[in-house]
Amino acid sequence: MREITYREALREALIEEMRRDERVFLLGEDIGPYGGAFQVTQGLIEEFGPERVRDTPISESAIVGTAVGAAMTGMRPVAEIMFGDLTALAMDQICNQAAKIHYMFGGQANVPMVLRTPFGGGVNIAAHHSQSLEAWFMHTPGLEVATPSTPYDAKGLLKTAIRRDNPVIFCEHKVLYPKKGPVPEEEYTIPFGAADVKREGGDITIIATLNMVHKALAAADRLAEDGVDAEVIDPRTLVPLDRKTIAESVMKTHKVVIVTEDCKTGGVSAELMAVVMEEAFDYLDAPIKRVAGTDTPIPFSPPLEGFVIPDEDRIIRAVREIVKGE
Amino acid sequence: MVKIRFFEDKAYELFSQNMIPGTLHLYAGEEAVAAGVCGNLRIDDYITSTHRGHGHCIAKGGDLKRMMAELMGKKTGYCKGKGGSMHIADMSIGILGAVGIVGAGLPIAVGAGLSAKLRGTDQVCACFFGDGAANNGTFGESLNMAAIWKLPVIFVCENNLYAMSVPYSTAFAVKNIADRAAGYGMPGIVVDGMDVVEVYRATREAVERARRGEGPTLIECKTYRWRGHSRLKAHESKLYDPKEYEIWRRKDPINIFRERGYIEDEMLNKIEEEVASEIEEAVRFAVESPFPEPEEALDDVYA
Ligand SMILES: Cc1ncc(C[n+]2csc(CCOP(=O)(O)OP(=O)(O)O)c2C)c(N)n1
Repeated sequence: MREITYREALREALIEEMRRDERVFLLGEDIGPYGGAFQVTQGLIEEFGPERVRDTPISESAIVGTAVGAAMTGMRPVAEIMFGDLTALAMDQICNQAAKIHYMFGGQANVPMVLRTPFGGGVNIAAHHSQSLEAWFMHTPGLEVATPSTPYDAKGLLKTAIRRDNPVIFCEHKVLYPKKGPVPEEEYTIPFGAADVKREGGDITIIATLNMVHKALAAADRLAEDGVDAEVIDPRTLVPLDRKTIAESVMKTHKVVIVTEDCKTGGVSAELMAVVMEEAFDYLDAPIKRVAGTDTPIPFSPPLEGFVIPDEDRIIRAVREIVKGE
Repeated sequence: MVKIRFFEDKAYELFSQNMIPGTLHLYAGEEAVAAGVCGNLRIDDYITSTHRGHGHCIAKGGDLKRMMAELMGKKTGYCKGKGGSMHIADMSIGILGAVGIVGAGLPIAVGAGLSAKLRGTDQVCACFFGDGAANNGTFGESLNMAAIWKLPVIFVCENNLYAMSVPYSTAFAVKNIADRAAGYGMPGIVVDGMDVVEVYRATREAVERARRGEGPTLIECKTYRWRGHSRLKAHESKLYDPKEYEIWRRKDPINIFRERGYIEDEMLNKIEEEVASEIEEAVRFAVESPFPEPEEALDDVYA
């Protein structure tokens, strides 16, 4: 199968959905001639024109609110917020408007919009541009939250997101954009709420999201040399969450490590841990361990940033502590 | 202005040599704004700064050594390596910090102005922000609040004609951002941001007005970023008109100052020599400084 980057996979999903459905349009900062801060919308304005690939002023609240209004009245907007951190500026429109409209109005209106935004650290741009805020949105009923880790998932999930009738927070990761992976030429979509077993194994389940999936896979390879056979599960969508696949894996391995980049307290890892407890407590042979970001803002300096974001060594240590009682 | 120019040129050089991690938003070309505004401020006055903040910090009296060390992520930097280029602050001289969030400095400046008023001092706060920031909601909310409460805030819009890739003409339906001041009930003034004397004079009036308790002013400085948005060189991008670039490149604020006879060549040369050695010293200090220990990432989360 051909290999393309995460960035190209996202761009293909946008192009295919825009060709398929004329209600789909894009809006966001610098997404037009510039092609987006991370170059995902590169060249789209040439095919679809400035009406459908709409450059906006630096007005995050208005970008999201505009998408909400357009979505309620028959369009299918895909809004881009340049950095995930900047969703904070649009929080009312995301959490009080987009998330609540269907429910609060008794199901009269849908808000079929997608908010694409990159999270994560690793590129030394400090606390205002490096956060992982998926938990904010998981904590808001009415939103769906997608977290693709590979080009294949990115394309399939984005196409599904655009076709969903709910507001979707589509969490990308900025260090994944240049990563390559196999993506079929032919049309496909990936359903929401279907976790992916990224690596099969019998000794321990590692549940990981976004860029941490890659670190978990690398850790699993190194653990294999040591005779530890780790299974790596990627939920792919945090809302809806595939509790079944997670539970089945735990029933097989009896041990769990959860790896997320967001900070530990009140984070994605806390929720995943609770799900394991609710679904498979009786099958656990050891306490669950979490490898998460530290409870700090993301610092700028490379040695500091390297310390706060989980790495392979920390994952391996956590697994060994459980599997070998070290 | 010379200090800012030399600092920025050096930072660019070091960044190209991978001595500075992350990214840089350089202020070269806009020196007259920071210098003209801060020239009116006392050490106990405040400023709020932006992602393109080195110039503001230098003009307000920031320490080049600690700035350079911060850019390199060193322990001796202003923020102990936690902030980097985009987040320099020095509370001891009223630099309330550079922000990575466009438009976030405006309400903070209102708060500083309110605090000065509540504490009964005659301090003022100069709030730097770009044309792009003027389209964020914080702009309207902050100008309004500062105006109704007659706060000592000088809103300094650095209109360098672009917000990242977006030209002014496609993001505004008004000719001048200063025209918006009327809607909030404060004076709105347009100045040539390449002429430090013009910036200085307009700011002086605004500062005096603010200190007298007559409220805020919006000053729009027409300027240009010579090195593009961040790592990008302006003239290397397909998005810029090379003719426009050449025109603005010729309006060098330092040259304009010299050509108009505000400074003798000899004096300027002397300043340049002094500044060059100060910059070299700052670089040496930064290079020789240690990186923070990784565990220091856990410090300072709470007071
Ligand atoms: C709220 C917010 N939106 C978007 C960004 C990304 N961004 C950083 S700088 C910038 C352009 C800012 O333009 P302007 O205010 O004119 O300042 P300039 O860069 O021209 O000095 C953008 C869009 C951000 N950091 N914060």
